Amino acid sequence: MKHNLILRVVSKFLIPLIILFALYVQFHGDFGPGGGFQAGVIFSAAIILYGLVFGVDKAKRVITPYILRLLASLGVLIYAGTGVATILLGGNFLQYGVLASSQLAGQHVGILVIELGVGITVMSVMLIIFFTFAERGQAVLNSKAESERE
Amino acid sequence: MIDNIVDITLLSLIAIHAIAIIRMRSLFAVVMLFGGFSFLSAGLFVVMDAADVAFTEAAVGAGISTVLMLATLALTYTPEEADKEEKAPTHKPWLPLGVVFITGALLIYGTYNLPGFGDPNAPSQLHVAPYYLGKSLSETGVPNVVTAVLASYRGFDTLGEVTVIFTAGIAVLLIIGGRRRVKPNIEKNGGDHEA
Amino acid sequence: MDMILGHYNYWMVIIIMMAGFYTVISRGNLVKKIVGLNIFQVSVFLLYISIGNVKGGATPIIETGVDLYSNPLPHVLILTAIVVGVATTALGLALVVRIKEAYGTIEEDDIHNQDQSL
Repeated sequence: MKHNLILRVVSKFLIPLIILFALYVQFHGDFGPGGGFQAGVIFSAAIILYGLVFGVDKAKRVITPYILRLLASLGVLIYAGTGVATILLGGNFLQYGVLASSQLAGQHVGILVIELGVGITVMSVMLIIFFTFAERGQAVLNSKAESERE
Repeated sequence: MIDNIVDITLLSLIAIHAIAIIRMRSLFAVVMLFGGFSFLSAGLFVVMDAADVAFTEAAVGAGISTVLMLATLALTYTPEEADKEEKAPTHKPWLPLGVVFITGALLIYGTYNLPGFGDPNAPSQLHVAPYYLGKSLSETGVPNVVTAVLASYRGFDTLGEVTVIFTAGIAVLLIIGGRRRVKPNIEKNGGDHEA
Repeated sequence: MDMILGHYNYWMVIIIMMAGFYTVISRGNLVKKIVGLNIFQVSVFLLYISIGNVKGGATPIIETGVDLYSNPLPHVLILTAIVVGVATTALGLALVVRIKEAYGTIEEDDIHNQDQSL
C-alpha cells in the first residue's frame, strides 16, 4: 500500500468528512433518518478505511484496542445505566419522562443518551472485530517468517 | 407505476446476483458480488420507503461485511494460492436441488393468501403501526418514528440487541484474539488435530 | 395483473431465499456457506420491508402535510437485525479462521476426511 498516492490523498480528504457525517447521523437521528446503529457503523468505516490505506498499526495508534474494549463496555453501561437512573428517579426501567422537568424534554434527553450508548458500542465492536482479524493476519505472517528462519 | 418498475428491476438484479454467487467458484468474485448484492438491496429499501434500513444495509452489508469476508480470505489462503477457488462440489446436486425446489414451491403456495404488496388495508398496517404513527410525535417529540419506536417504545428490546453485539465482539476476541501458538508443521502435513 | 404485481416481491424474495439456502446446503467451502447464510438473511429483510410498504406512503418521518406513511415497525426490527447480523457473521468468520488454523483447510469434505467422521 506504499505507492497508492491517489488512494492516500483522496482518503485523507474523505475520512474527516465521513467522521463528520457519522456525528451528524448520530445527533440528527431524531429528525432525519439515522441513529446510533448507523452512526456507529459509519464511524468505524472511517477508521477501517484509514487502517486499510495507511496500515493497521497507524489506525491502532488513533484508537488503541484497550480503549476500544473500554468503550464497548461503556456504551452498554450508558444504555443500561439510563434505565437504572430512571428507576432511581422514581419511574420504570427506561421510562425517560422522569429524566427532565416535562415528559417531552425527558424523552428527548433519554433518546439522545441511549442512542449515544448504542453508537459507542456498535462503533467499538466493529473496530474490535476488524482489528482482531487484522492482528491475526500479522500473527500468521510472523509465525511463518519464524518457521522459515528455523 | 414507476415505483413498480424500479422495484421489479432491482429485485430481478438482486436475484441474478444471488444466482451468480452460486455459480461462481472464485471466492474473491463471490465476495465482491455479495457487496453488489448488498448495495442493490439497500437501493431497494429506499424504494420501499425504509430510509433508515437502507442506510444501515449500505454501511454494514456493502462495507463492513465485505471487508471482514476479504480479511477472512486473506487469512485462509496463502498468496501462492492466489486464484482462491473453492473446490468443485463432489456430490451430485440433485438432493439439495430437490429440497430447495420443494421448500420454494411450498413457500410460494403459502404466499397466495398474503395481502398484496403495498396494500394499505393489510392486517400488518392496521394493528400497532397507526398508534405509533399517530401518537409518537406528541408522546416523544421525535419526528422520526423509527427512532422513536427503536429508542423509546421498544427501548428494552434495543438494549438486548446492543448486548448481543457486545457479546459477539467479546466472542470474536475470545476465538481469534489471543496470541497464536506457532505451529510450523501446519503447512507441511496440512492438518493438526490437537490445536 | 394485480395478482402478479401484488405478489412479485414475495416470489422474488423466495427465489433469493432459496438461492441462499441452496448455497448453504450444497457447497462445501465454509466462506461460501457464510455468504449463502447472508443471502438468506437479506431475503428475510426484503420480505419484512415488503410487508411494511404502503402504496403511495412516505418514509415514516412525521411532517405536516403528509398523512400516509409506511409501517415503521418492520423497519425497526430489520434495522437492529442487520447490525446483529454483521456481528454474528463476524463470529462465523472467526470460527472459519480457527478451523483453517486447526485443519489447514476450509473445505468441508477435507475436514470430514481428517476427522474420519463421514
